[in-house]
Amino acid sequence: MPFTSSDGDAWPSDQPIVSLVDVHKSFGHVEVLRGISFDVFQGDAVCIIGPSGSGKSTLIRCINGLANFQRGSIKVEGQEVSDANIDKRKLRKKVGIVFQQYNLFPHKTALQNIMMAPIHVLREPKDVVLDRAVKLMKKVRLDGLENRYPGELSGGQQQRVAIARSLAMNPNIMLFDEVTAALDPETVKEVLRTIRELTEEDMTCILVTHEMGFAREVGDHIYFTDRGLIVEHGEPDEFFKAAKDPRTRAFLNQVL
Amino acid sequence: MVSNIARPRYCAALALLFLFSFWGETVAAPNPHFSPFEALWIWMPFILSGFLLNLVMSLLAAVLGTILGGLLGIAQLSTSKVICSSSVFVTQVFRNTPWIIILFAVMLLVPFELKLGTRSLIIPDWLKATVGFAIPVSANVAEVVRGAILSVPSGQWESSESLGFSKWQTLRMVILPQCVKRMMAPWMNAYAILVLSTPIAAVLGVHEAVGNAQQAMEALGARTSLLVPFYSFILVLFFFYIYPISRLTLWLERRYAVYL
Repeated sequence: MPFTSSDGDAWPSDQPIVSLVDVHKSFGHVEVLRGISFDVFQGDAVCIIGPSGSGKSTLIRCINGLANFQRGSIKVEGQEVSDANIDKRKLRKKVGIVFQQYNLFPHKTALQNIMMAPIHVLREPKDVVLDRAVKLMKKVRLDGLENRYPGELSGGQQQRVAIARSLAMNPNIMLFDEVTAALDPETVKEVLRTIRELTEEDMTCILVTHEMGFAREVGDHIYFTDRGLIVEHGEPDEFFKAAKDPRTRAFLNQVL
Repeated sequence: MVSNIARPRYCAALALLFLFSFWGETVAAPNPHFSPFEALWIWMPFILSGFLLNLVMSLLAAVLGTILGGLLGIAQLSTSKVICSSSVFVTQVFRNTPWIIILFAVMLLVPFELKLGTRSLIIPDWLKATVGFAIPVSANVAEVVRGAILSVPSGQWESSESLGFSKWQTLRMVILPQCVKRMMAPWMNAYAILVLSTPIAAVLGVHEAVGNAQQAMEALGARTSLLVPFYSFILVLFFFYIYPISRLTLWLERRYAVYL
């Protein structure tokens, strides 16, 4: 099914909005993904946890085409992302991503950071975008800081601007790549609160995270990856209470 | 900043050096014709007009070299192998060739006049020399641009890509604006070196400051006592032009060091 405007109809709830089948990826001889499969449905919050180096960040980058993979299939709203003929821009409009290092544009103010892509990529009129950007700043509770440069904001504030910047593209799916890993503990809470609000609004979210408490709280489904494979998965309660695989148990014992 | 540019002790030292250089003949052994000071005074407009040409050549070469160098620097980062390796090759050749060789090459390769239909356009030597200077400058600027682009964290490319920006949009709106600050100081350095290199054009018969000073001294009978005052005068000219630039460079380096 071709991409339609993201303002259009919601994706049907009986079909996976994101579907991974046997995804393999290697850097040279190092296999980072060795056959990952899972489905994500509209409105779900899926958390991917696992030891570092287990391929979580690579996996999430494959979903919006930032990284390519050698074998398998990733479909976003029915569209194969590895297809060379797809319009990557349309894919990226559908799928927002927030990074560990925020990656805000340091020479633009918070508001300009949010407005740039809608104006130059979506070619929307400036006043419409401005209106939306101001609302998004309010949504991430940073109203009043619109004209600050990233360098003048705390890590947590920068990360919330980064979330707003992604949301400004009106994506249907949000990817979060360890968004709180680089933050000071006291600023983590506000960022998690923003993400929690998104999941409550039924935004489809795929999160790579080390915040186990948060994963348990917001996740509809937890996947535990190790060495490029999904070792175990389940609903948060059963997953955290009664993990079956020894590797999962060893990991949870270490971090909980 | 203004007080930095005109640091009194440097200026005083230079002025002393300049005055002292007249000592040899004016005081120790007065010359019946012109004292060196009088000679310099008479020929000063001639030397100054030459110096003006140094400045014009340096400014034009800087503009041309910056445009060419910017393109060359960006081309070095192209994903196309052909564009990338050929621009790296061109940059390395011109960066590692003595400027005077490039200058000779331009002088000899560019025709004396251009025929456009019935009209013929005479290309003056100084203009050819300017092109000759622009070539090594562009190679140096290319390296500055390339380095600055590579110094921008890769996360900037990644986040731009994820927001749907094309490569060119990313370069134009995200990467290059961050490079300008980083390039300012090395660019100013390159310009200072360019200005100081413009007297090379004298070898090729361009009437710039050093060439004119030599001609003036020859006209005065090639007295050795003239050498120091005449060349000192040129030193002072260049110094008072370059020194503020290098102060400005330092200031910019400090100013933008904070934001990197």
